[in-house]
Amino acid sequence: MDTEITLRVDGAAHPLTVDTRTTLLDALRERLRNTSPKKGCDHGQCGACTVLLDGRRVNSCLVLAVTVGDAEVTTSNGLATDGQPHPLHRSFVRRDAFQCGYCTPGQICSAAGVLEEARAGWPSAVTADLTAAVELTDTEIRERMSGNLCRCAAYAHIVPAVADVAAAEGVRR
Amino acid sequence: MKEFRYERSPDPAAAVALLAREPGGAFLGGGTNLVDLMKLGVATPDVLVDVRELTSAEVSDLPDGGLRIGAGVPNADLAADRRVRERYPVLAQALLAGASGQLRNRATTGGNLLQRTRCGYFTDVTRPCNKRSPGSGCGALHGVHRNHAILGQTFEGPGACVATHPSDMAVALVALDAVVRVLGPDGERSLPIGELHRLPGNDPSRDTTLRHGELITAVDLPPLDLPSRYRKVRERASYAFALVSVAAALRVEDGVVADVRLALGGVAHTPWRARAAEETLLGRPATEEAFAAAAGAELAAATPLRDNGFKVPLARNVVVRTLLDLSGGTR
Ligand SMILES: Cc1cc2nc3c(=O)[nH]c(=O)nc-3n(C[C@H](O)[C@H](O)[C@H](O)COP(=O)(O)OP(=O)(O)OC[C@H]3O[C@@H](n4cnc5c(N)ncnc54)[C@H](O)[C@@H]3O)c2cc1C
Ligand code: SF4
Ligand code: FES
Ligand code: FES
Repeated sequence: MDTEITLRVDGAAHPLTVDTRTTLLDALRERLRNTSPKKGCDHGQCGACTVLLDGRRVNSCLVLAVTVGDAEVTTSNGLATDGQPHPLHRSFVRRDAFQCGYCTPGQICSAAGVLEEARAGWPSAVTADLTAAVELTDTEIRERMSGNLCRCAAYAHIVPAVADVAAAEGVRR
Repeated sequence: MKEFRYERSPDPAAAVALLAREPGGAFLGGGTNLVDLMKLGVATPDVLVDVRELTSAEVSDLPDGGLRIGAGVPNADLAADRRVRERYPVLAQALLAGASGQLRNRATTGGNLLQRTRCGYFTDVTRPCNKRSPGSGCGALHGVHRNHAILGQTFEGPGACVATHPSDMAVALVALDAVVRVLGPDGERSLPIGELHRLPGNDPSRDTTLRHGELITAVDLPPLDLPSRYRKVRERASYAFALVSVAAALRVEDGVVADVRLALGGVAHTPWRARAAEETLLGRPATEEAFAAAAGAELAAATPLRDNGFKVPLARNVVVRTLLDLSGGTR
């Protein structure tokens, strides 16, 4: 069934008519031609489609476009400001944190979410003291990024790429 | 995916009234389970009534010292809530052990409770499955069932089903004696969480005792005055469903078990409250032998399948380890 929506993506509003079955991922890629988020599994299992919805990381393949409402969608593309790459973009390049790059926009959005969650003091499954301040150790980064799979297995470089930015932002010693 | 109408309602009562008129409709929470099942053709609602922003996203204090969790509270926010972390660590740990950061941001409390089994026959419409297609048989019974139930299954007849309930959060809520608040066409009711999920019995198509159109509005936690924790064993370190999990709370006084709560995940069609183990333990010395005997008392009823017998010793060991951790005074 066709429904009128307006998607706010990376700072611009886009009026669209979508079938109710359209996921946010498909609306972004197929309708708005924003191919930054990728389709890996289409079932919430790989994280390639990760975007920020009002600043929180979500799997866009499991979000129906009609449910998004006024929420601001940020893709990895949208993390750049005034044409300047985000610190995470630079860090992934500096640390050589990808091979084919397919999972990378999802990794970047997820990492942006991880940094925000750490700043907010959210614990993870590997946090021993649930009430202590969060420190993004390598173990914490691995656990918090576990929803993003990398078929090229660039994990060993993704962890330091995220760690460098975490250190610069004061959520890692 | 089958075509459907998408509806929002001004308030929960209107959403309930709307769904009551739509026998083929469903509530939509975060959609992380339902949208997935719709893509697979397993769920085929013709109307979705979006309740994610309609049900409360607040965690509030109850006068008795407990907490009320709105059905719309995301799993991530619940795990991060300071009161939950301090007073109900078992719940925070269970939530954090489930899914991924992205999924927990979107998944709701109500939807988590009502997520459906991950049985591979259930999610594959080309296979027999009594839960999805009553009377078609249970593919898992003699098929791939390494991660299926060891307790409370139905082996024969049209009710045959050996699936498990996949939620981690629900296991903690069962140990905490949570109360589920429901709004239905006939008004409000509350039920102890132990009465929400049901064993397959002779109708595995029904996971819970809720009737069509009943909306979960909140989950109440009674106060908890004993240390608690959650331990989950899975096939990889993160981002996988449980093989076996344990939610436990324990108070030891003068070396004797003064209070204990125990629930198991990954072992049955419901989150499994281990009453037999609890009864065995109360008043007994808090020793490794007593913990093992209690686990043994619970698991004496186990009826493992051809390929999941490993879950029996695994469950026993995880119970013992978790109770030892708690009796050592750690949280
Ligand atoms: C890759 C992957 C890994 C996962 N790993 C884990 C894991 O390790 N542990 C774990 O516990 N979970 C795991 N999950 C499952 C996840 O926790 C659930 O999908 C999620 O909690 C469901 O919540 P939701 O709000 O998205 O529900 P939805 O998908 O929106 O709904 C689920 C069901 O609940 C009904 N519903 C929703 N809200 C209400 C309400 N308020 N009242 C009545 N009915 C309602 C819907 O009609 C539907 O039937 C995983 C999921 C994925 C995709
Ligand atoms: S175990 Fe239950 S869900 Fe799985 S195939 Fe059998 S009937 Fe279906
Ligand atoms: S494409 Fe969304 S998680 Fe894989
Ligand atoms: S870089 Fe190729 S999938 Fe991650």
